[in-house]
This record gives sequence, structure tokens and C-alpha cells, in this order.
Amino acid sequence: MADASLPIGSLDLTPEALAEGTFREYLHGWVTTVDHKRLGILYVLYALFFLVVGGAEAMIIRVQLMYPDNHFVSPEVYNRMFTMHGTTMVFLMGMPLLFGFANYLVPLMIGARDMAFPRLNALSFWLTAFGGILLYYSFIGGFGLYGQGSAPDVGWFEYAPLTTRTYSQGHAVDFWALSLFVTGWGTLGAAINIITTTISMRCKGMTMMRIPLFCWLLLCTSALTLVAITPLTAAQVMLELDRYLGAHFFDTQAGGSALIWAHFFWIFGHPEVYILVLPAFGVANEIIPVFSRKPAFGYTAMVAASVGIVFISLGVWAHHMFTVGMTSAANAFFTLSTMIIAVPTGIKVFNWIATMWGGKLRFATPMLFAATFVVHFLLSGLTGIMLSASPWDWQLHNSYFVIAHFHYVLVGAIVFSMLAGIYYWFPKVTGRLMDEKLGKWHFWLFLIGFHLTFDFLHVPGILGMPRWVYTYEASRGWASWNMIASVGGFIQFLASGIFVWNLLYSGLHGAEAGPDPWDAWTLEWATSSPPPEYNFAVEPVVASRRPLWDLKHPSDTDTQYE
Amino acid sequence: MLHWMLKRSTFALRSARRLPVAAVLVGSLLFAASAWAENKPSPIPNMFAPVSTPAEQEFTMSMFVLGITLGILVVVGGSWAYVVAKYRSTDSSDVEPPQIYGSPQVELAWTIVPVVIVVVLFLTTARMIFSIQDHPRPKNALDITVVGHQFWWEYRYPQYGVVVANEMHVPMSTPGQVRPTFMKLQSADVWHSFWVPQLAGKVDNIPDHINDMWIDPHVPGVYVGQCGQFCGVEHAMMLIRVYVDTPDQFQRWITNQQQPGVEQPGAGQNTPQQVIRQQGGVVPTALELPANRSGAGSGASAGGGDQTGAGSAGQPMNQVVAGKQVFLQNACINCHAVQGTNANGRFGPNLTHFGSRDTLGSGIVVNNVDNLKAWIRNPSDLKEGALMPPMQLDETQLEQVSLYLTSLK
Repeated sequence: MADASLPIGSLDLTPEALAEGTFREYLHGWVTTVDHKRLGILYVLYALFFLVVGGAEAMIIRVQLMYPDNHFVSPEVYNRMFTMHGTTMVFLMGMPLLFGFANYLVPLMIGARDMAFPRLNALSFWLTAFGGILLYYSFIGGFGLYGQGSAPDVGWFEYAPLTTRTYSQGHAVDFWALSLFVTGWGTLGAAINIITTTISMRCKGMTMMRIPLFCWLLLCTSALTLVAITPLTAAQVMLELDRYLGAHFFDTQAGGSALIWAHFFWIFGHPEVYILVLPAFGVANEIIPVFSRKPAFGYTAMVAASVGIVFISLGVWAHHMFTVGMTSAANAFFTLSTMIIAVPTGIKVFNWIATMWGGKLRFATPMLFAATFVVHFLLSGLTGIMLSASPWDWQLHNSYFVIAHFHYVLVGAIVFSMLAGIYYWFPKVTGRLMDEKLGKWHFWLFLIGFHLTFDFLHVPGILGMPRWVYTYEASRGWASWNMIASVGGFIQFLASGIFVWNLLYSGLHGAEAGPDPWDAWTLEWATSSPPPEYNFAVEPVVASRRPLWDLKHPSDTDTQYE
Repeated sequence: MLHWMLKRSTFALRSARRLPVAAVLVGSLLFAASAWAENKPSPIPNMFAPVSTPAEQEFTMSMFVLGITLGILVVVGGSWAYVVAKYRSTDSSDVEPPQIYGSPQVELAWTIVPVVIVVVLFLTTARMIFSIQDHPRPKNALDITVVGHQFWWEYRYPQYGVVVANEMHVPMSTPGQVRPTFMKLQSADVWHSFWVPQLAGKVDNIPDHINDMWIDPHVPGVYVGQCGQFCGVEHAMMLIRVYVDTPDQFQRWITNQQQPGVEQPGAGQNTPQQVIRQQGGVVPTALELPANRSGAGSGASAGGGDQTGAGSAGQPMNQVVAGKQVFLQNACINCHAVQGTNANGRFGPNLTHFGSRDTLGSGIVVNNVDNLKAWIRNPSDLKEGALMPPMQLDETQLEQVSLYLTSLK
């Protein structure tokens, strides 16, 4: 435990001023806030809300697919469910969650008092929030003047020409394009803010090669966001021009090209995967060292691998398009570029294992999730190699094998890592520890449910089950696999309920955490929990990557090894 | 590491016995896998049961990649398991373990090894890509143009001037008699994808882009698959059936399909079904085509209504003739074609030899008079998003037009 009399951040333990004023003033405070911590909390709550919404949509999907020839929902409703599930989880859950983490933690970790542009920060959040509301308004607003369409129902890639007015009447496609257009601007603002903050707001002594790996990964994610979101935004504008002003970018009946949409979408869509996974790496990079009681193995290699992933990930998009009839040379190129990604990601996996190797592993809930994240990411990477071999991908593409693969990445790796992060930083944010017993129930149930669902979903893919099907014939032999997957899905949902209960319960009744409950080493633990509005009473000065380690071990500081 | 895993495993066997046990385990797994994936027609479109060269090469590719990834999993996953088990600690003292910051040598090693693996994988994959995708087309190959529609398939045989829907027939290709099928993939509306896993990987049908693929199935029978790209409400019910015929059967079939569609005398009864319906799915009974189909062309000349033998004054034939009138005088002909009549619509499936098909609605139900009546009454009852409207016929007309269409053998 760091000593309060120590210089770094000069721990400010002044009790928080009791809330004064009416509820309206309290609410007004949250709505007009430009404090990075409050905005971070808003982002995370927003993301958790949509996690529940998207999860409920997934449950409808799983109920529908439990039995062959099932008619729990109509085909139209089913199509809306998977479109909204995908869109929600990527744009309204994944990205807000990572920006919430970034908002809350990056300034604290680099010893800053706020983000570089606090007002832009607030604008970004509210744009994102408005986009989410707009998307979900489609359920009631979609019947508007034209009397057709409701929530978007053509899949989250919105492949042309299914999105033209010929095939998608009503406003479903417009809701999709415009709401993501709005969240896209919010995302760009947040990315610019994080880049600027990381580059220009570091405290004294915090060189670029000393910032926590989490900050490096958020920097990489934000840079990638700037490059990747723009083509999507442009494509959405073109789509709306097609639909309402008679442009013919994607309208094949008028000489437009459906393939161009696919290129636009995937040159956004593939980097998007890395936008989501890099912060998950960052979270693991903070938690694994602390719970192994060792520094991250190969800091420099980790930074290099992250930057490498950013660059390589911009050249792999067409591996989502191996079946569109590219030339054999193009297929070979994208096979190679995709396989190369295995090298930097491999370095990361090896470094995490090496960080744990020889350590003193404490399996508190955050570490349970973070350690499992490593092996899930390994497994999803291996199925990724299978998909990168394009001849096999011609079979697997758009099958349930792909569904299993990317849910392994998105749930097994990203959600597990982000949950680890929530368990880890919850005491910092609220000043209270999350309940360990509930946490372990959550972990084990979620783990079992996850494996039941996504391990078994690989099989119907091998047996020829394509994605996006609302039902299937019994003779196809997919029924038992789907039944297992559905049961696993329900277990995950139940586990998530325990998690939400744990959040509420521990937020009100959890044990007092103190400023540094995990005996950690980065700057956010040098201030009180929750941190005061100005973060640090005095601006910290650091001399190594683990400033609090140096404080706690004055005779054996990190400075001598860097 | 392996030693450690075995020591901890529940099979507390002495080391001498481990090898045979492992061999039995692996052997039985392989046996199970081969029983699971037999290379013959199956209602389960299993990509691990290939019967055509592209699918076989893709299967070889998959086994190669599986082998490599399994090796990586054992090494890396094993290290993970070892670390997690070995270094977990309940020691709550303040003593910190040795602080290791990294090791350039080790990191170089685990950068280079993956690079080598990637090179090997890439070169193997690239060979396979070129071998499948750039396969030369032999002169005697059968050409088929596959057109995807919302939500059915159209197959055109340009060498024979034949257009059929939803059930594709191709000849078997054997080493003795090589005759692969080369397909051009197109779309009439939105993006589709043609996927029959036992025959080949999928290739997309894109409206602004013509694609190619080829198959050379070795085993006769019916192979199933379905659309592989979301194409609208009924994407799930856009099923594919590929009939691999022996060369003789194929010749008989294509000759029959070249004839104009003429209603069959006496075919008006609800004929025995040629396929059985099982657990909601259509299961082909035999590998061969039903025998009664081969002679279908010969009865085509009998246009009159008076030669149905058995009693009731030619009643069935009259029904068929009446059904033809219903078909030709209603909106049916705006979308459907029956060669040899005035019906030449192009929007819906070609019905020239509709009665020779096993299924209707793109493979969703067995083709018989009852199902056909239900379909024409309101296609959305069987297939909610089908683009065909309810035809507003009365029950008599429904019966008649269904009898007429099923008689088009």
C-alpha cells in the first residue's frame, strides 16, 4: 500500500463533499459534465445497457434456433434481431465500452487532470448516445410515412443492392445508415481526443516508452478508428445519396457496383475488429502483470506488436471477400496478409504467458477473466488461421463456423477482458470492491455457458449451416448442436444477470476499497478511490513504467532496468 | 509438460500403457470421424464428406491447417495450462517474485518460429488456391449458368437450350469418363452465394459481377446445400439440390427437358410420391432417378383428353386440360414459362417440366398436388417472404391447375 505522504500525486483523501442540491441539479451535473471520469462512467453504463439489449436479442435468436422448423418468431422479426444484435454489439456496446475505459483511465494513467478537449469529449459521448437512441427508435418510428420497414433487417453488413429502395422499402436502412453516421462522428471525436491526450498531456517523466501498455493500445485503437470509420461514414453518405437523390454508387440496376459496397464496408469492418480487440489487449496488459506480481514481459515488443497490428490490419479486409470471385493472385495476397497478423498477435500471447511464468498468480476475479482471455484469444486466433486459408474459407465463409470464430474473439476474448477490467477498476471508480463470491459465480457460469455455445457452434458450420437462417430442416443434422448452443446462451444470460446484480449490490454495499486495493503500480492507484475531480492534488513526476513499484520498493526501483 | 498433464489426468496409468491407450483413443476418434463423414450423398451437407475435386482439395487443405493449428494449440495452450497450474499462489506475504522485464533472444525466437509457420502455410495455401481456381476447362465440360433469384435458383444449360429451376442435374465425372461441370454464377437481383459443401466451396452470385466455379462429382445421388449470403426475408429457405446422374441418366434427363412441356394423359391423379418426407426434411429415397421419369417424353404427343383408361370418363384428363386453361388465362404466365405454350414469363421459375421435379418452393416441400395447391393458394403459408402473390383462385381452379402442373413431366 502506497504511503499517503509520498510525493507522487500526493494522495488526496479529503472526503468527497456530500451531494448537495436537488435531484434535478444532480442530474444536470451529469448531463452537462465535461469531466473525463464522469463521461467514462456514462460511456460504460451506456455500453452495459446495450449489452443487455443486444444480449436479449441474442436470446431470441437462440430460442428460435433451438429446434428445427421452429416458429418462435417470424422470419422478418428474426432478421431484425440478428441485424440489431450485430449492430448493437459492435457500435453501441463494444466501441462505447472501450471509449469509456479510455476516457476514465488514460488521463489517470498518464498523470493528467483531464482529456485534452473536455468539451469535445462530452460532445462525442452525446453524439454516440443520440445515435443509439436513433437506431432503436426505428422499432417504433420505422412505420413512418411510407408504411413499411421497421428496425433494420438486412444484416449488419448491409450488403448492396439489398439496401436499395427496390429491395428495402421504408426507412429501415435509413435508420441504420443515419444512426451509425451520427455515432461515427462521436467515435471520431473520441479518437482524436485520446490521441491528443496521450501525446500531449503526459505528466513529467512520462515518456512515450513509459506510458502503461493500456495507453499504447488505446492510442493504436484511436489511430485505427480515424482511418477505419471514415470509409464507413463515406459509404453511408453514398448509400443515402443512392436512396434519395438518385446516385448510383451501389445500385446494380443502374450500373452501380455491389462489390464496391463490400470493399467500403470491409475496409472499415476488418480494422473494426482490431479497434475492439486492442483495448482488450490493453486491459489484459494491465491486469496480468499486477496479478502475477511481475512487470509485463517485453514492453517494447508489445508496443511494436501493437503498432504492427494496426498497420497490417489495414491490408487484410478482402479476406471477408474470398468468395466474391477475386483473381487467384488477389486471394493469395489476402491470405498472406491475413496470416502475417498471426506473428504480432502471437508475440502478444507469448508475452502474456511469459509474464505469468515464474510469477505469484493471484486468481481474484479480474485475473480469472484475464487469464481465460489469453487462452480464448489463442483459440480464436487458431480458427482465424483456418479461415485465412482461402480454399478452406470458400467452405467456411458465412457459415456457423465463422459465427463461432468471431464470437470467440468478441465474447471469449474481448468481453472476458473487458469484464476483467470492470472487476479490476470498479474499486477505483466507486471506492468499493466487487463481491468476490458473486464474481466467481459469474465467471464460472459465464465460462461454462460460453463454451457450450461457441465451442459447439463450430460444428454446424462444418456441416454446412449458413448464417442468417431463421430456421433449418431437421434432416440437416444441425439440431442437437444448436440446442446445446442455445442452452449455453441461456447460461451466459443468467451469468450476466449475476454480474449486473453484483454491480448494483457492490456499488452500494461493497467493502471499502481504499486507493490501491490490488497493490498495483500504475498512476491511477496513486490517487483516492474515487479520484477527486482534479485527479491528482499535485502533478505526479515519474521515473519508470511502474511509478508505484518504485515508491513501494525504493531499494529496487524499475528505473535501473529501463 | 505432457508428462505433467498425464500425471494429473484421471487415467492413472503406468507409462508403459499410455501409448496403446492413446493409439486406441486416436484410432477410435478417426473411426468416428470417418463414419461421421462418408463420401456419399447425404441430407447433411458436410464439408468433410467431399465427392468432387474442389471439395476434396479443400478438405485436404483443412486437414493440413487443422494439423498445424492443433500443434500450436498443444504447445501454446499447454504452456498456458502449465503456467496457470504451476504458478498459482495462495501465499499472501509481501515477498515479490523475481522481476523479469523481457529477453530479446526469447522474443526473437518466438517471432521467427511463427514467421516460418506462416511461410509454410502460405505456400501450401497458395498452391491450393491456384490449383482449384485456375483449373483448366476441358472441351467436353458441361456449362451451366446459375442465376440466383429472391428466393430460388435458375439453372440454364446453354449447350442444350434448357432452363430449369431449383433442381440442378449434372453428370457424374469419373476417371474413365471425365466430364466436369463449369458454372457461371449470376444474380437477377441481390447478392446470393451458391454453396453445396460436398461438391465445392461457395462462390457468390453478384448482380454486377459474373463468377465461375466448377465441380466434378464422382458419386451419383442428390446433394443439398443452400444460399450462403443473406439475400432477404427467405434467405434460409433458398435451398439447393444438385442431382448427380450417371452419364446415361443425365442424357435421358436432358433430352426430356429439351421437349416442350406437354401435359400427361392420366397423370391427373395424385401420383405416388417419389420422395419421402422425414422429420420435416426431404430425404431422397434412391440414388437413381425414379424409373417412371425416363419415359416421360414419349407420352407427350397425346394431347387429347379421351384416352385415360380407367373409368370415370376421362375425368382426370379433363381436369388437367381445364387446369391448363386456368394457368394460361391467369396471371401465372406473367412470371412463369412453359415451353410450348403462350406462357413465357421470366420473373419466376420456368415450369416446363415442373412435374419432373421432386420438390417445390426451392426445395422446401415435396412436389405433390396437395403441397402445390397450398402453395398456389398462398405461397406465404409455406414460405413467408416468397415474392409470388396469392393467386386468388377458387378450390376447383386450384385443383385443376395443380393437376396440370404436376402432369408436366
